[in-house]
Amino acid sequence: MVNLSVGIGKLKLKNPVMAASGTWGFEYGELADIDRLGAVVLKTITLKKRVGNPPPRIYETASGMLNSIGLENGGLDDMIENKLPKLDGAGTRVIVSIAGDTKDDFKKLAARLSKCRRVDALELNLSCPNVVHGVDEGLFAHSEKAVYGIVKAVREATPLTVITKLSPNVTDVKIFAAAAEAGGSDAIALCNTFIGMAIDAETMRPRLGNIIGGLSGPAIKPLSLRAVWEAAKAVDIPIVGIGGIMGWRDAVEFMLSGAAAVQVGTANFVDPRSPAEIVRGLEKYLSKHKIGDVRKLVGAIKLG
Amino acid sequence: MKQLRAKIVSNKKAGTCFYKMRLASAYLAAGSRPGQFVEIRCARGEDPLLRRPLGVHNIVPGGIEVFYEVVGAGTKLLSAKRAGESLDIIGPLGSGFDIKKGRAANILVAGGIGVAPLVALAGKLSRDKTAAAGMQVLIGAKTKSHVMCEGEFRKYGARVSVSTEDGSRGRKGFITDILKDILGNGLTSGNTAIYSCGPMGMLKAVSRIAREHGIPCQVSLEERMACGVGVCLGCPVKTRDGYKMVCKDGPVFNAEEIAW
Ligand SMILES: Cc1cc2nc3c(=O)[nH]c(=O)nc-3n(C[C@H](O)[C@H](O)[C@H](O)COP(=O)(O)OP(=O)(O)OC[C@H]3O[C@@H](n4cnc5c(N)ncnc54)[C@H](O)[C@@H]3O)c2cc1C
Ligand SMILES: Cc1cc2nc3c(=O)[nH]c(=O)nc-3n(C[C@H](O)[C@H](O)[C@H](O)COP(=O)(O)O)c2cc1C
Ligand code: FES
Repeated sequence: MVNLSVGIGKLKLKNPVMAASGTWGFEYGELADIDRLGAVVLKTITLKKRVGNPPPRIYETASGMLNSIGLENGGLDDMIENKLPKLDGAGTRVIVSIAGDTKDDFKKLAARLSKCRRVDALELNLSCPNVVHGVDEGLFAHSEKAVYGIVKAVREATPLTVITKLSPNVTDVKIFAAAAEAGGSDAIALCNTFIGMAIDAETMRPRLGNIIGGLSGPAIKPLSLRAVWEAAKAVDIPIVGIGGIMGWRDAVEFMLSGAAAVQVGTANFVDPRSPAEIVRGLEKYLSKHKIGDVRKLVGAIKLG
Repeated sequence: MKQLRAKIVSNKKAGTCFYKMRLASAYLAAGSRPGQFVEIRCARGEDPLLRRPLGVHNIVPGGIEVFYEVVGAGTKLLSAKRAGESLDIIGPLGSGFDIKKGRAANILVAGGIGVAPLVALAGKLSRDKTAAAGMQVLIGAKTKSHVMCEGEFRKYGARVSVSTEDGSRGRKGFITDILKDILGNGLTSGNTAIYSCGPMGMLKAVSRIAREHGIPCQVSLEERMACGVGVCLGCPVKTRDGYKMVCKDGPVFNAEEIAW
């Protein structure tokens, strides 16, 4: 028997595979067996209901996709009244992803959600490329001071495990990971989508209603892997690796580069069973390589 | 809704760049309604990555058919599939047409590949005596070689009118011209319904004409999709009630609902 369980802060996961924010939802129903996963991260919520960006919001690119959803969500009350109760019987950890326009929004969200029994951890989305936040007209994750300040405020507002999800669209991801660590984050999640765009040569118009969007899927895997590798060297807290993970082999690579756990995003759209299959594949890989504990993989890349 | 592997019974060329594929699945045959769609994985690997949405073209004993135009990488891969191979499918998805029983006149308006889902609807209507008697199908296409599925509609007892943009078949111009004439000549009773599928511009025109005549109209929309089930929020259409998702709340909407 191999051990698949991992710890992220106070949070114990039965295995290191989670569904990424914005890519799993109740609509999958029986198509996705979430009870087999370490956790599901719910679509990011804001304090108040948010209307998303104008269509088209999706454009497929070479082995990837651009999206400009724009954090459409029903808000905090909707999460507490309508969404969380549906997860009452679920045999997996529930992580709620939150975003705000101000530090105060984050604090309020964290405080209210900490009182919900079904919430096992919080993920701070400081990095959605599809909305403009208050800090210097850019993303929170593009200002290390803002990252530190928000994480610290949330840390003071909640006893729950806090995962800070960072943007890869920065000059040096290490600085931001370190800022989140200093603020008291229990873990870092990398990466959110990479900003990109696409144009229709015939109509000469942008493919997305929002003009720019976030790139995800296999196309970003090497970029993400490198970001995880850099961040893992810079901080002592666990890293959650995300970006183009389609199969167990990708998950293994992320763990070797330093990720303590992984999240599966775009792959859900291609095959809603993929996160559960990654768990199974990971277990087989460990048995085959006679590795008794999945935690031994973390940062085990062989150099030199 | 299920994710399943369905065997390809046949995959035949049905015109210049059109194909008709029959898929064996008792589940899809029993569970699909006209207007719903399926999400098909075209490649085994990661290119193309996302599933392709195709409307339920016909519901047949032991399975369904899809009717598609080859327009890019995904549909090209599909067109190369052979009978006996199988496909990874999620479906049936979406809302489907809301068919009111006993309507004396049903007008189906198709533009281009929009004929595809209307064949299943015609099949369903043909089983209701009153509806079958007054079924008319209007097909608008670019040229005569783009006029599709005429035979199927006739088989279901519908009267078919055709228009082409270049005048190579039927009336020259847009299909909405024929629709206006039919309604203008009072050839329909008060008990009429319109169902339409085609490009957005055409649907907008059809719903305006329907509104002018006080006729209820349902339209089947298209939008780029990632998940196909309502998870990703990637396929919105602006309605009077804000954004709704074409995959989950549609693809069929009441024309009055859409913020054209
Ligand atoms: C609900 C629904 C039902 C449909 N039913 C049919 C049908 O019965 N027959 C048929 O021929 N076509 C239908 N379409 C359109 C069909 O999905 C596209 O033609 C197809 O996805 C093109 O894929 P491709 O790889 O060949 O083309 P590409 O252009 O290479 O595709 C690139 C990407 O754009 C998307 N895309 C391209 N065109 C469309 C489009 N018109 N609508 C939505 N997404 C698109 C693709 O899914 C893919 O993600 C339907 C679309 C929707 C939303
Ligand atoms: C359609 C879509 C919606 C997303 N929504 C969110 C979101 O609400 N919050 C968030 O933190 N990340 C969101 N993401 C980013 C993913 O969680 C993930 O970080 C990213 O897609 C990279 O992983 P992948 O390549 O496995 O998809 C979204 C991604 C996609 C494709
Ligand atoms: S395609 Fe994902 S919500 Fe419609």
